[in-house]
Amino acid sequence: MTELLGASLRERGISRRALLQYATYMASLLALPPSAAAAMADGLAKARRQAVIWLSFQECTGCTESLTRSFSPSLEDLIFDFISLDYHHTLQSASGEAAEAARRQSMQDNKGKYVVVVDGSVPIGDGGVYSMIAGQTNAAMLAETVEHAAAVLAVGTCAAFGGLPEADPNPTGAVAISKLVSGKPVINIPGCPPMPQAMAGTIAHILSFGTLPELDALGRPRAFFGESIHDRCYRRPFYERGLFAKSFDDEGARQGWCLFELGCKGPVTYNACATQKWNGGVSFPIQSGHGCIGCSEPHFWDRGGLYKPLSAGTTDVRKVIGIAAVAGTALGAASAALARQRAATNAKES
Amino acid sequence: MDLLDFARGPALTFALAIFVGGTLWRLFGVLLLPRLRDLSLPREGAPAPLAGALRTIARRMWPRREFAQATLFITLNSYVFHIGLAVVVFGLAPHILFIRQLTGLSWPALPSNLVFGAGVITLFALVAVLARRLLHPVVRLLSGVGDYLSWLLTALPVATGLLASGHLGARYETLLALHVLSIAAFLVWFPFGKLMHAVLFAFSRGATGIRFSHRGVNV
Repeated sequence: MTELLGASLRERGISRRALLQYATYMASLLALPPSAAAAMADGLAKARRQAVIWLSFQECTGCTESLTRSFSPSLEDLIFDFISLDYHHTLQSASGEAAEAARRQSMQDNKGKYVVVVDGSVPIGDGGVYSMIAGQTNAAMLAETVEHAAAVLAVGTCAAFGGLPEADPNPTGAVAISKLVSGKPVINIPGCPPMPQAMAGTIAHILSFGTLPELDALGRPRAFFGESIHDRCYRRPFYERGLFAKSFDDEGARQGWCLFELGCKGPVTYNACATQKWNGGVSFPIQSGHGCIGCSEPHFWDRGGLYKPLSAGTTDVRKVIGIAAVAGTALGAASAALARQRAATNAKES
Repeated sequence: MDLLDFARGPALTFALAIFVGGTLWRLFGVLLLPRLRDLSLPREGAPAPLAGALRTIARRMWPRREFAQATLFITLNSYVFHIGLAVVVFGLAPHILFIRQLTGLSWPALPSNLVFGAGVITLFALVAVLARRLLHPVVRLLSGVGDYLSWLLTALPVATGLLASGHLGARYETLLALHVLSIAAFLVWFPFGKLMHAVLFAFSRGATGIRFSHRGVNV
């Protein structure tokens, strides 16, 4: 644990050149200047393995699947040489009391230095009974674990913004991690699932420079969430030309036209899918023929339907318009009737 | 609920309800008023009432020759921003989708860049018409708060739409929310100010046409 990463990596046969290549890749992902790559490699070499405690609450394990199965051989695999993953339900071999003991041991050994990664939201309704681990509510486990943490990474949209568990009517009272953690830096890496590069890049930044990456107003690293999907989408020229697919299997869809009419939320979604892509840069949802569902934005489940165009309203207004039409017509008729009555009265008086 | 969700949800619903209810209130309030009965016989050769109405509606699309010179600027400029507004409102794909959601009607979209260009021209024409209102002593004297409000609520959706299309000034979702909110404000004000001319112009011109054609006057 106390060995420097540079020495540890050399022992594992990872050369300085490979480390520089990795640092260059990460620096470019983080939109850092080329000169930062060497500084990043030096920073990584001099860093000590970062203790990481990974808490999984109301989640589907998709975030972990994304991070561990990004592609193979994975550059992201390398990140596991940089960190000591001391607690993770899915990946650790220990279970039950031994697992909890490992978490508490890591907290004690790395007090004030460890990083807590959380995937999944936390239910606080009815005393938090809807999700418990080892007899502890999620909220209690989170509070205990983050108390002496250096930083908290909320991975996935459930942890970052509440996600699916928080969607209307939110029966468990699910909340985002940032609602429950105070006095600690919380970095949100949303997505359903989040991009592995964003996760790896953020940890690499913290290890290399000892600081948090630049964040946007929603606590997301700007390097990965600074531009909208729409702005970097290869189908954007079709949007500009007014060429839109009308269904998922029409001629427009086959020609690769813009998916705006099919509900694509790319214009209001900030993520790196269109540039980094998935599965080793092979593709991303829009390239596969499906519009962006806006999964890295808050409340994306409750924004009027995944297949409803962005320019359409989010509510069904037909009933309201019907009532308004009847009311308006009645009011107009009543106004005219009053005018007729007044005219008749005036005629009699004169 | 963020600003965009508020704009696309409650704000738009409220505005559409006011727009529909208010417009029908004004329209039926006028159409059901008691009409002045004209007991005189129509002048020989006078067209049928409907023909007289339609002729006047069409005839007043352009000023008479004796007024053409004096009203050239306002006529041309008005055509520019009315046609521009029609291109922007009915030509842009997102607008068509909005209308389709409400009415089920749909038609092919124009290229976004073409609509953007029409929007820029429209905004310039709107600024020009405001300048005339402010600089022309008679028009300025005749102008009230409602006139300036009608101008503002017409120009704001165009301006915010251009900003949203060009991603200028703020993040897209913020600009889109402001654009939708500006449309909501337009819809709320529409029945109560002179914007209502978009509905009433045909009826007022038609009524004039019927009255005068009955007397054999070609207006």
